[in-house]
Amino acid sequence: MNKIKRTRADAAFDAVNIALLAILTLILFYPLYFVLIASVSDPYAIAQGSVKLFPVRPTLEAYQNIMKDARIWLGYRNTIVYTVLGTLLSLALTIPSAYVLSKKDLPGRAILMTFCLITMYFGGGLIPTYLIVKKVGLLNRAYTLIVLGSVSVYNIIVTRSFFQSTLPDSLFESARIDGASEMRMFFSIALPLSGSIIAVMALYYGVGRWNEFFNALIYVSNVDYQPLQLVLRSLLLQSQQAVMDAALTDDPEMLADAARLAYMAEAMKYAIIFIAAAPLLIAYPFVQKHFVRGVMIGALKG
Amino acid sequence: MNAGTQAGIRRRQRLRLAGRYWQLYLLILPLIVYLFIFNYMPIYGVQIAFKDFRTNLGIWGSPWVGFKHFVRFVTYRGFPKLLRNTLTLSLYSIATFPCAIIFALMLNELRAQKFKKTVQMISYAPHFISTVVICAMLKLFCSRSAGIFNNLVEMLGGVRQDMLSNPTLFPHLYVWSGVWQELGWGAIIYLAALSGVSGEMVEASLIDGANRLQVIWYINIPTILPTIVIMLIMRCGSVLSVGFEKVYLMQNALNLDASQIISTYVYEIGLQGGQFSYSAAIGLFNNVVNILILLLVNRICKSVSEIGIW
Repeated sequence: MNKIKRTRADAAFDAVNIALLAILTLILFYPLYFVLIASVSDPYAIAQGSVKLFPVRPTLEAYQNIMKDARIWLGYRNTIVYTVLGTLLSLALTIPSAYVLSKKDLPGRAILMTFCLITMYFGGGLIPTYLIVKKVGLLNRAYTLIVLGSVSVYNIIVTRSFFQSTLPDSLFESARIDGASEMRMFFSIALPLSGSIIAVMALYYGVGRWNEFFNALIYVSNVDYQPLQLVLRSLLLQSQQAVMDAALTDDPEMLADAARLAYMAEAMKYAIIFIAAAPLLIAYPFVQKHFVRGVMIGALKG
Repeated sequence: MNAGTQAGIRRRQRLRLAGRYWQLYLLILPLIVYLFIFNYMPIYGVQIAFKDFRTNLGIWGSPWVGFKHFVRFVTYRGFPKLLRNTLTLSLYSIATFPCAIIFALMLNELRAQKFKKTVQMISYAPHFISTVVICAMLKLFCSRSAGIFNNLVEMLGGVRQDMLSNPTLFPHLYVWSGVWQELGWGAIIYLAALSGVSGEMVEASLIDGANRLQVIWYINIPTILPTIVIMLIMRCGSVLSVGFEKVYLMQNALNLDASQIISTYVYEIGLQGGQFSYSAAIGLFNNVVNILILLLVNRICKSVSEIGIW
């Protein structure tokens, strides 16, 4: 393309394109940035709408208030446990299965594949699933959120495409002649060569686990087992309630107190949002190439 | 050799292969068991949609009632509204489908790699934020007293209002927050497809005097068309399954007119109201319609462009 002389129209096109993308990027970025600066601004300034581009009268009060709340810590701990153990379980179910499904001459492979694919398009729906989960005794347990939602058939298909495109049959031929068992071949040949897909899958499942809300809402009502997302929601709802309660009083001093409380509650919401989103937002730029690779492998075979 | 013995030999060969591979079946067994319990047993449980489920009788023992629950749902007074709200959110979301494509096309024209990388990285960020957090942000931004959306509206001369509680604004908030979240992420797949554009063809067309927009229109878009069609079909397969989480979290008493959709209704009357059979019937209705639409769209795309997922 360098050989072609850039015309004036060409330069204009580039300028417009760059300008549009720059504006768009600012729009995409601003909401997140605003949450950050609001969370460290004076609560009164947020209520006045004077927080725009930079924190106003910076304070960490909102964070200090939140840190005192034991539920946040419990939620964090639960979510970390669910994310780590849940992701391990997901990998244990996904990687070997995808390897097996990548074996072209395996008798019954088509049947196994169909068995998996059907679940992508047809399911029992909320109520029948709930009844089964209840029946197998998974309601309200410490391990409920580790076991549930462990498998994404889409991820299995992505992993299978990876195996098919990177591990040729010839790789296993000599091992087979030497009498290695299929199990041995998976653990000693395939697994050591699939580090990158394992990383991609761990990230996919990990993000899903971290953000998991639906299963927690439906299947876990015990406060001790609630993950961060559920705690967040109740904290956000609750601070709303506290403000409404406080506003009902007539005493001017208490009213002033209530107003301060109300402003603080607003500011705390921004801080809560930031605390919840921060771990993934800080981590993803470092691992984004793995995520992107996952999408690419998926795109090879839709 | 006659056909019978040949088939016999082939069968014996397959058996021998299966024997050699028994360890592979062992490797996939956990998955099969998992899917059986959490996906197939619920499918078996769908029969309660045609029964009057009673806890003491169980799924199998409850009496059959035929299509009673389906009839009840279709004749339910709020049915048109549920369907309308669900379709509105869903079709409106699908209508924003080209956004990610346009974004990818624009990114693809960038020559400065550093700028491109930065734009991409920032655009991925919202994808990693949970639905709970997105909805909390929406609530704060829309708040009448201090929300930044209201600040903006006021600056432009509008009147402050509790936006999230306004049913007419609900679909816009739902859809455009979704665009915000998935724009960058959704573009990845198209960018990948765009890397397949033939450089020679572009060069030739530029020599022939085509401008950049013409190159995009006549070369880039046709190159990624198969990807676009496949993504569109997949998207259409979930017309009636608007994400429960986000709508549920955005719901409040005032916006129910626009925010009560099929899946939130199922949750409300099924899990909170305990009407298991009735809500299972609604869920099944939803699923069947989705599959029919998927088949239909796939058929249409296949006859028009010879691209399909099957």
